[in-house]
Amino acid sequence: MSPRRKQETPAAAPAADDSALPLRLLADMLRIRRLEEKCAELYGAGKIRGFLHLYIGEEACAAGTMHALAADDNVVATYREHGHALLRGVPMNAIMAEMFGKAAGCSRGRGGSMHLFDAARRFYGGQAIVGGGLPLAVGLALADRMRKLPRITACVFGEGAMAEGAFHESINLAALWQLPVLFCCENNLYAMGTALARSESQTDLCAKAAAYKVRARAADGMDVRAVHAAVGDAVAAVRAGGGPFFVELQTYRFRAHSMFDPDLYRDKAEIEAWKQRGPIHTFSAQLKAEGRLDEAAFLRLDAAAQAEVDAAVAFAEAAPWEPVADLLRDVHTPEAAR
Amino acid sequence: MKTSYREALRLALREALIADPRVFLMGEDVGRYGGTYAVSKGLLDEFGPERIRDTPLSELGFVGAGVGAALGGLRPIVEVMTVNFSLLALDQIVNSAALLRHMSGGQFSVPLVLRMATGAGRQLAAQHSHSLENWYAHIPGIRVLAPATIADARGMLAPALADPDPVVIFEHAQLYNLEGELPASPDGWACDIAHAAVRREGSQATLITYGGCLPKALQAAEQLAADGIEVEVLDLRVLRPLDTDAIAASLAKTHRAVVVDEGWKSGSLAAEVVARIVERCFYDLDAPPLRVCSAEVPIPYAKHMEAAALPQPERIAAAVREVLGV
Ligand SMILES: Cc1ncc(C[n+]2csc(CCOP(=O)(O)OP(=O)(O)O)c2C)c(N)n1
Repeated sequence: MSPRRKQETPAAAPAADDSALPLRLLADMLRIRRLEEKCAELYGAGKIRGFLHLYIGEEACAAGTMHALAADDNVVATYREHGHALLRGVPMNAIMAEMFGKAAGCSRGRGGSMHLFDAARRFYGGQAIVGGGLPLAVGLALADRMRKLPRITACVFGEGAMAEGAFHESINLAALWQLPVLFCCENNLYAMGTALARSESQTDLCAKAAAYKVRARAADGMDVRAVHAAVGDAVAAVRAGGGPFFVELQTYRFRAHSMFDPDLYRDKAEIEAWKQRGPIHTFSAQLKAEGRLDEAAFLRLDAAAQAEVDAAVAFAEAAPWEPVADLLRDVHTPEAAR
Repeated sequence: MKTSYREALRLALREALIADPRVFLMGEDVGRYGGTYAVSKGLLDEFGPERIRDTPLSELGFVGAGVGAALGGLRPIVEVMTVNFSLLALDQIVNSAALLRHMSGGQFSVPLVLRMATGAGRQLAAQHSHSLENWYAHIPGIRVLAPATIADARGMLAPALADPDPVVIFEHAQLYNLEGELPASPDGWACDIAHAAVRREGSQATLITYGGCLPKALQAAEQLAADGIEVEVLDLRVLRPLDTDAIAASLAKTHRAVVVDEGWKSGSLAAEVVARIVERCFYDLDAPPLRVCSAEVPIPYAKHMEAAALPQPERIAAAVREVLGV
């Protein structure tokens, strides 16, 4: 599949006049990238275990999307959610401690990489059943609608999830009930090793959403501005009413599906071609061409990201383990909290 | 007041909808149709389509939406037509509702109430006659209830809604038409959702059962009493967590147990109860505990075959005689 696919030209980014935003987007993509590179290293060192799904290459999707949402909105994500959690404001320390399985983790070490949660930031996971988060998002949106709260719910999922019944049931419900759900499909072309064309009879994902009378548009998921603009428009449209919106972000993961994946199902040349469009270096090149960034400023942002990562690792290393005596806690709500 | 099990459920639903604006009922045909088993009949007119919410045929979707709505601050009551169809929603029940609290390190609870019909006896054939309560009772993170009496049908919903965690309520399809006296005052039907209940006192053996088998066990106990055999009938009521203390207390008195369960014997809830009896009451036992369960066959359509597959009072009484050696 060619790295370039047809996209709608994005409308002007709603926050394009926010002069600090471009550097924020770049800084945040760097934070995700450095965090995940460190995670890969720590995985090799046996500090992080279990399934670890890296997002490297896809950072523009999380950065553009999370910056288009309001602090009070709900986010439901998948197991490839480190970036989304981080940009929703979950402290990197808490994320890293969770990866280590420490009590200071954002899920008390009960969740690990795939189950990052943060109630205060309305971050509802961290869902590791493909498609499983979609009905939850519909329900959250239903609750907000019935409670007359102006929030919207963004649900992030991969194109693989669109083959699951959960996608169809959820988007139908959201459209039928006109709920404020933003369906964010991060189409990285592969569900583990299964290429989109080998799993779907209809590979035009927007057409699938449109079949449910849901407004839909595609955007270049390697271009953080395009993502931010497209998602920004979609968010505004959902907030204005008229029900859900579907956004397809056309992206690519540079790494294997998970740390267990030997990545035998795709050409090295294909990966290299996509890497040419890597969201961090293309965007920093753009910013430099626009005179908004120089190499020294880039290095400062990168160093800050790296320092944040180093501090998070130190925090996680030093954090205590939860006592095994607490094994059964949080299966049910304790009496005191009822 | 003379009432039916169905009406008792409806009274409880009405009361819940009136008491708390966060409560709403959602499911296939709960609104216009009035509920597959007519439990929600009339509620649409009274509460409107926002709160008596008809859903498409999307068990996974709307059960999951119920989980999300619970996370979002509402108190959804989701009705699944029967346990058979709940299998399409198992992912959301088992992988989301039951786990979210633990996986999030205690940050989220899911105050969802899931109601579903269960059981056989209406000649609906295999795909509409399952009794899979034990599947749900296996899962940590949910509470599983089986109201077997009109009072419990009236009384269990309120504490289920008050529970901050997910509660699954099984209504046996054979019980909906059950009629009886419902005490006027809540003292007569209000209940906790933690304890089993002795439905008949006896000294010679304990019949342990729940849900749709309770009337059958009581009938068997009547037959046996006519022959001078006094059995105690213990209604489990709460299938998870099981009230092991109540089981042990009864066995300390009777020393003999027959467990009656409409599930298939292999891997049944009855198997769990017997295991607990053996672990906890072994030295109280005067005879090996017995089980009366459904035959290991998909429930047949033909009436006589269906009846043969299910626990019946005669088989229950025979099992009691067997543990008594008479
Ligand atoms: C219901 C379910 N089936 C299978 C899996 C195993 N699995 C984990 S990720 C994955 C691929 C999903 O691909 P996609 O939705 O495109 O997301 P991506 O990993 O590309 O971000 C599969 C098959 C799962 N977790 N859940």
